[in-house]
Amino acid sequence: MKALTVSGSPHFHTEQSVSKIMYGVVFSLVPAMLVSFYFFGLPAILITLTAVVSCMAFEFIIQKYLIKGPLTIFDGSAMITGVLLAFNVPANLPFGLVVIGSAVAIGMGKMTFGGLGKNPFNPALVGRVFLMISFPVQMTTYPEPTAFTTKLTDAVTGPTPLTIIKDGVGRGESISSLMMQIPDYMNLMMGNLGGSVGEISAIALILGGIYMLLRKIISWHTPVAFLGSAAAFSAIFWLIQPEVYPDPVFHLFTGGLMLGAIYMATDYATSPMAPRGMILFGVGCGLLTIIIRLFGAYPEGVAFSILIMNAFVPLINRAFKPKRFGEEVKNG
Amino acid sequence: MGGVHPPENKFAEKRSVERLEPPKSVAIPLSQHLGAPAKAVVGKGDKVQAGQLIAKGEAFISANIHASVSGTVAKIDGVIDASGYRKKAILINVEGDEWAEGIERDESLIEDSNLTAEEIIKKVYDKGIVGMGGATFPSHVKLKVPKGKKAEYLIINGVECEPCLTADHRLMMEKGQEIMVGASLQMKALGVDKAIIGIENNKPDAIAHLSKIAAGYPGISVEPLKVKYPQGAEKQLIKALVNREVPSGKLPIEVGCVVHNVGTAFAVYEAVQKNKPLIERVVTVSGSSVKKPSNFMVRIGTPVAELIEAAGGLPDDTGKVVNGGPMMGKALNDLNVPVTKGTSGILIFTEKESSRPPEQNCIRCARCLTICPMGLEPYLLSSLAEKQRFQDCEDERIMDCMECGSCLYICPSGKPLLDHIRVGKNRVGQMIRERSG
Repeated sequence: MKALTVSGSPHFHTEQSVSKIMYGVVFSLVPAMLVSFYFFGLPAILITLTAVVSCMAFEFIIQKYLIKGPLTIFDGSAMITGVLLAFNVPANLPFGLVVIGSAVAIGMGKMTFGGLGKNPFNPALVGRVFLMISFPVQMTTYPEPTAFTTKLTDAVTGPTPLTIIKDGVGRGESISSLMMQIPDYMNLMMGNLGGSVGEISAIALILGGIYMLLRKIISWHTPVAFLGSAAAFSAIFWLIQPEVYPDPVFHLFTGGLMLGAIYMATDYATSPMAPRGMILFGVGCGLLTIIIRLFGAYPEGVAFSILIMNAFVPLINRAFKPKRFGEEVKNG
Repeated sequence: MGGVHPPENKFAEKRSVERLEPPKSVAIPLSQHLGAPAKAVVGKGDKVQAGQLIAKGEAFISANIHASVSGTVAKIDGVIDASGYRKKAILINVEGDEWAEGIERDESLIEDSNLTAEEIIKKVYDKGIVGMGGATFPSHVKLKVPKGKKAEYLIINGVECEPCLTADHRLMMEKGQEIMVGASLQMKALGVDKAIIGIENNKPDAIAHLSKIAAGYPGISVEPLKVKYPQGAEKQLIKALVNREVPSGKLPIEVGCVVHNVGTAFAVYEAVQKNKPLIERVVTVSGSSVKKPSNFMVRIGTPVAELIEAAGGLPDDTGKVVNGGPMMGKALNDLNVPVTKGTSGILIFTEKESSRPPEQNCIRCARCLTICPMGLEPYLLSSLAEKQRFQDCEDERIMDCMECGSCLYICPSGKPLLDHIRVGKNRVGQMIRERSG
């Protein structure tokens, strides 16, 4: 008889795997992708493809020639970084910059630290912030959404709602007059507004979030804490001075808040492990986002706030442990 | 809190318990229970009868052991048991099937008993009853409530949350009355007037059957539970049934509970009412490739190979044989290992089912932490143990881990979390013993 396998228990293993989870995330991004392809046309498709291909290519090059280690480019994580990076840049960004952003995201953001699961900062956001600081003009020239277009150049550009408010309030204009220049809330929710490739449609992103919740890919703690604290914090200012500060609904459905709360702040490697830690992390992201939007130099603060909170994750993990069984004994 | 839902695979749940004839020879280990091994009281060449005392459990935590067959003691020697180590055992060559005097072997139900609590506990001790769920803690110790503590509930564990196993399920279906009488005797021994039988919803027939019988036994109720692994663990079951949390490092009596398996309740019935020592038990033999998944009533000491033969033989593509459930059972390296008091199942895995998925980087998905029934952080404990930071392991409460295996089961990266945690527990245990001198 052949020798029997002897291994420690358990002898059952879940069907779930890293790549199944990663491709689940990619699948949940499809609605948001379709909306952005509709409003920004061919350029959005090409930007997304460029980012995905370059992220996977850079991961391959680094693993094969620099680390000389195992190849993991098909585990789906590089693909997610690519999609999310594309989602975080304007649809008319020159392709060269997309490639540079991908190199920074994968190289500096992920592989430097040992690859999947070891990076302290969200790689796509590292790429985005690098581009933002290095190429501020290209990164803040947003095409206006139109119905599907195949034009690659000469798109009509215009300011995003957040920029309109930031600049307008800076000039001393009132919120009510500025709101006239902004699409109504229904259009904001659907995604008919200026902005980065994938951040525009709140509805599509929420749909993807619900799918991930149902498949237990993410838990509700971080997104709810993030969105809730952003809404609550902005409401305080709005209630005090409604002519200087926009209302919470505006904040929720503009800029990268939905994309950030649902996809970037829930990134496994760069967010806390325990539920209580996730809530603190989400609340921190929400507060910082609103502080930057209302008082910072940039009109948008989601990317910065998540990266700042990423830095606190090891501390949060140390301070916020799961509730131990038998810890608080309430008997009776 | 926590928990996982592995596939149930209860292939043998409709198979009635089948009695296997005694084999040609048995090997009865002296250590089949938690605590000190029993001391042999027979020697080579002695004639023994089934049910005769052959080893005495003298230490505070130990248990008596009885001959499961009649015949001649061949020798007392080291035999590889389910742990994979060679342990002392009494080997008996079987001759006929003579039973010791005083044991009632007919199946008629005896309900009434006029024994006192002390007398019941004495019988449970005499007859070598141990926890039948797998932990094999000597039952008489659990029935003695320590000074200063008070028992409120007897909890009867009919959860059988391990996938594949159906031994307890069948016992509940076929020996429901006996389990009730056994539970009543345990209640009397403990001095409690409330007993709860916890059964998971995946056994609706057992819930219905026992609920009907329980109506005739004052104080005993049946409580259906949601299906969740590891709900059959003592602390988790107490939480689910009476919503009390046993403090870290403490026993259930701390919160007024004593937990016994349904198999133990049945064994107590047989010991007290029928004078029958624990010399046979129900063992599930199952697996996706097993021809005839079965539940067998077998004599203690029977080689595992005989059970597999009775279930249709060892399939050609067998890769692993497990003693116990798929989540906590031990993989065997030898099929001549004897069945002991704690053997609840023998599971056969095909070669394909025998290997673990390849290991990848931890993606910090927090699944292990979310499902840990003890509220621990398996990813952290595992990596601390790997780095030999054992003091940190202790501070992170590694000793609370009951090795249920949920973390290793759920890990999408195929990390051997529990393997490292076991090493850590071992070393922390050593540290604690050294500290206390």
